[in-house]
Amino acid sequence: MPWTKIYLDKEQMEQTLKKDGLRGISYQQAMLEAHEQAMQADERVFLIGEGIDDPGGVFGTTRGLAQKFGKDRVMDMPIAENGLTGIAIGAAAAGMKPVFIHMRVDFLPMCMDQIVNHAAKWCYMTGGRVNIPLVIRAIIGRGWGSAAQHSQALHAMFAHVPGLKVVMPATPYDAKGLFLAALNDGNPVLIIEHRWTFEAVGYVPHEMYQVPIGQSITRRAGRDITVVAISQMVYEAMKAAASLEQEGIELEIVEPRTISPLDMEPIIESLGRTGRLIIADVAWKTGSVGSEIVCQVCERSPGLIKSPVRKICFPDVPTPCSPSLEKAFYPGSDEIAQAARDLMRHQSK
Amino acid sequence: MTPTPAIMDEPEEKILTDLLRTMLLIRRFEEKIVEVYGVQDMKTPVHLCVGQEAIAAGVCANLRRDDYLVTTHRGHGHCLAKGTDPKILFAEFYGRVDGCCRGKGGSMHPVDPENGILGASAIVGGAIPIAAGAALAAKMKKTDRVAVAFFGDGASEEGTFQETLNFSALKALPAVFVCEKNYYATNSHLSARQSHDDIARRAEAHGVQAERLDGNDVVAVYQAAARAVARARAGNGPTLLDCKTYRWYGHVGPVFDYKTGCRPKEELDEWMARCPIKTFTARLMQKGLLTQVKLDRMLAETDSRVSQALEFGRASHLPDAAELTQHLFHQNAK
Repeated sequence: MPWTKIYLDKEQMEQTLKKDGLRGISYQQAMLEAHEQAMQADERVFLIGEGIDDPGGVFGTTRGLAQKFGKDRVMDMPIAENGLTGIAIGAAAAGMKPVFIHMRVDFLPMCMDQIVNHAAKWCYMTGGRVNIPLVIRAIIGRGWGSAAQHSQALHAMFAHVPGLKVVMPATPYDAKGLFLAALNDGNPVLIIEHRWTFEAVGYVPHEMYQVPIGQSITRRAGRDITVVAISQMVYEAMKAAASLEQEGIELEIVEPRTISPLDMEPIIESLGRTGRLIIADVAWKTGSVGSEIVCQVCERSPGLIKSPVRKICFPDVPTPCSPSLEKAFYPGSDEIAQAARDLMRHQSK
Repeated sequence: MTPTPAIMDEPEEKILTDLLRTMLLIRRFEEKIVEVYGVQDMKTPVHLCVGQEAIAAGVCANLRRDDYLVTTHRGHGHCLAKGTDPKILFAEFYGRVDGCCRGKGGSMHPVDPENGILGASAIVGGAIPIAAGAALAAKMKKTDRVAVAFFGDGASEEGTFQETLNFSALKALPAVFVCEKNYYATNSHLSARQSHDDIARRAEAHGVQAERLDGNDVVAVYQAAARAVARARAGNGPTLLDCKTYRWYGHVGPVFDYKTGCRPKEELDEWMARCPIKTFTARLMQKGLLTQVKLDRMLAETDSRVSQALEFGRASHLPDAAELTQHLFHQNAK
């Protein structure tokens, strides 16, 4: 299907889509289009965030919208992340549909009180009387010495809290579809994006559509190892799969897309065939979404696993600045491929 | 830049009577909790507002049903003054299905959207920005609704307070921030937490207009709130009402905390002598607007209503255990 396909380069995408007369655009363009269409379709939708109306426009995803819809609906804000999250919550409770945009995930801990104590609890605490249709976007940074406070990925912390939904689209198609689904959900939804996916290209329909929240997808079929790849890691896994193919090792790649609620079915189903599991995430190893996936596999079907499980994650240290340390910090396709070889060797012993 | 309150005419008799009726309802509602709490079947931490009734009554008398209100863990009085039926509050406190939150919230989280009450936060300062958000929504939708946040002096130390005041002034939001300055955050006196007790000054620093009030004078509160609500409704921005008052009971539960050494008894005695209800009834009687007979009748009517509400709450059913996982998410997306 054109909307499930991962393209590793633009040329490949253009050649493939051209044959069927389909449109291919980047993640960043897909996000911008989704915002624009949503604002046009629903007056209740407004955007708020630090500098979202500046020329850069949140890495292009809000570029030009302030000119089009005015600064009341594309609202710059004081540097007061927690208070403004509360204001967005109040506006949502009173019938608006705010989209709160953070250029870095690292700013979310500032808003922990309002997200965790308020947004996540309000619907439950009021017995369903008042719901909070709030979308929060936050972007994971990486590279160029971004260091410890501009490159965190904290999705596991939010996935731990009942009352929040956490989605992590990796493709242009999912970026638009999950954004529109989040806006329509009626609940607090965090969209965690990875800066390195913004240039990714793929098929995106012009019209508005939704990708259901809470559905994993199989990106690649393969008989040997199930790789659960989160966010930007899906591209690394695809690269690893391409090189391992020549060695006769076949990876099956499942992308959760939504971290909470987590759709385990395609993972369990895949493990039924492969019996081997690698989880690749853009976050630390300890207490990660990968840990939860392994636990759920063990709770449901421990017999499915026939070799050790590998988690390809960040080491448990903050992100360093120096290029050599950064290189040592970030795992990628090489580490996924090496883990796959190790698991296959383990089997042949 | 302390604004001089405009001299206003004494409110008409019906308003004065309504203010008294609201204060009596709040007082007798809270005292009913004190009366029954020892039975230990009202399993929710209660934060009583006895002594502070004039603020809830005086502010809410200026609000329309569709105006927004957000409150705190000490919010019973605000809800009653805004029009919430005491039945659904007591049912909630008993954890029953007829409670305003179907037993999910308890005493600290009353909600009543039909009366504009969006909810309550038990995190100090947590609901102040939520009220401002409702004000922002009212403004963006081009309505003339007003949003009110109630909170205590402890909340004025929180970042959310400062952040909200700055944003509300910046956007001229139709919001009224009501600080019930009762001088205690649990058992910590204001003097241990703040360098001065002029909360209004903090609002003024952000460009929010403020009034300093005797929070035990219901007419003063009513008149100041009338000015604040009128400003907000006319699109002229937010106001903070800095209302000096005192809570009689301990931070939580139905007991006087001087017994455990939390506060000096003399301080409580001094404030009880300034009881907002006693001083108001004396004033009304002096003006010939109230007689002892009429007051007794109002009290009897109030007590009857409160007792019936309590019985309603007690008689309601406990939620089925299957409701545990309900209401986590809103199901009807649109």
